[in-house]
Amino acid sequence: MAEVPAMSHDPSYDLKIPVIGHDFLRAGEAASRIKKVLQALNLPPQVIRRASISAYEAEMNIIIHAYRGQLALKVTPDALTLVAEDEGPGIQDIDLAMQEGYSTAPDEIREMGFGAGMGLPNIKKSADKLTITSTVGQGTRLEIVIRIS
Amino acid sequence: MRLSEIVKILQAEVLVPADMERDVLTACGADLMSDVLTFSKERTLLLTGLTTPQVVRTAEIIDLAGIVFVRGKRPGPEVLELARAQGLPLMLTRFPMYESCGLLFQAGLGGCMLGRGAGHEP
Ligand SMILES: Nc1ncnc2c1ncn2[C@@H]1O[C@H](COP(=O)(O)OP(=O)(O)OP(=O)(O)O)[C@@H](O)[C@H]1O
Ligand SMILES: [Mg+2]
Repeated sequence: MAEVPAMSHDPSYDLKIPVIGHDFLRAGEAASRIKKVLQALNLPPQVIRRASISAYEAEMNIIIHAYRGQLALKVTPDALTLVAEDEGPGIQDIDLAMQEGYSTAPDEIREMGFGAGMGLPNIKKSADKLTITSTVGQGTRLEIVIRIS
Repeated sequence: MRLSEIVKILQAEVLVPADMERDVLTACGADLMSDVLTFSKERTLLLTGLTTPQVVRTAEIIDLAGIVFVRGKRPGPEVLELARAQGLPLMLTRFPMYESCGLLFQAGLGGCMLGRGAGHEP
């Protein structure tokens, strides 16, 4: 399985937002900021919708499952790329994690409305391309590409 | 169906008002946010038993038309505050989930999957 690179400091990313594990009070703020940026860029509504859903699910996964991480957004005329990286336990079996309904979230997370095991499948459906790399004991990186046009 | 009609049918209390003549096209009932993100179409009303701020965040992400809290579960002030800031109408009904959905469905408000089969299109 591919190594997780250190948190990217690629300057071509227009926006980077830190996300803190278990910070449920601010959960959703990063995705909300990304949505506002995409709206300001006047992207097609379906692109904004798909990107916002992906960003929100990725942000919640960091908050629920990892220790800390960030969302980064890059927009070019052809596509937008969202990268969600975290330091956390990593994902042992990515194919299993991708299955609808598979979740290791504990009951208290489910009481908050998460843990359906639908986040990664939702991202997959919303994205034109999803690449997941993860190292157990280190962290997880999602690269989500959505074409604009 | 207008929000004002929904309030009447569910004998609901309006917790955060907005334009109550606003039209809602479909509704869905869910307690898991990822389900909401999968099923919802435009101008969708959410019925839920969950009262965490995450419900309002989810509404913001997919532009829900409003939220009805079922079986009398009242959200805290921070939830109302968040909704007010977004102009998102919140309602509270004493009917439980099944009855609430049934009443709206009977009155003609279709579900998220109606009219597009049981396919997998977003
Ligand atoms: N960033 C992450 N770090 C570690 N494990 C993760 C991460 N993201 C997902 N997982 C693992 O993959 C599983 C499936 O993730 P997925 O987002 O599909 O569902 P969920 O987060 O459990 O529930 P939902 O997204 O529906 O609220 C998780 O339960 C968890 O075990
Ligand atoms: Mg998830």
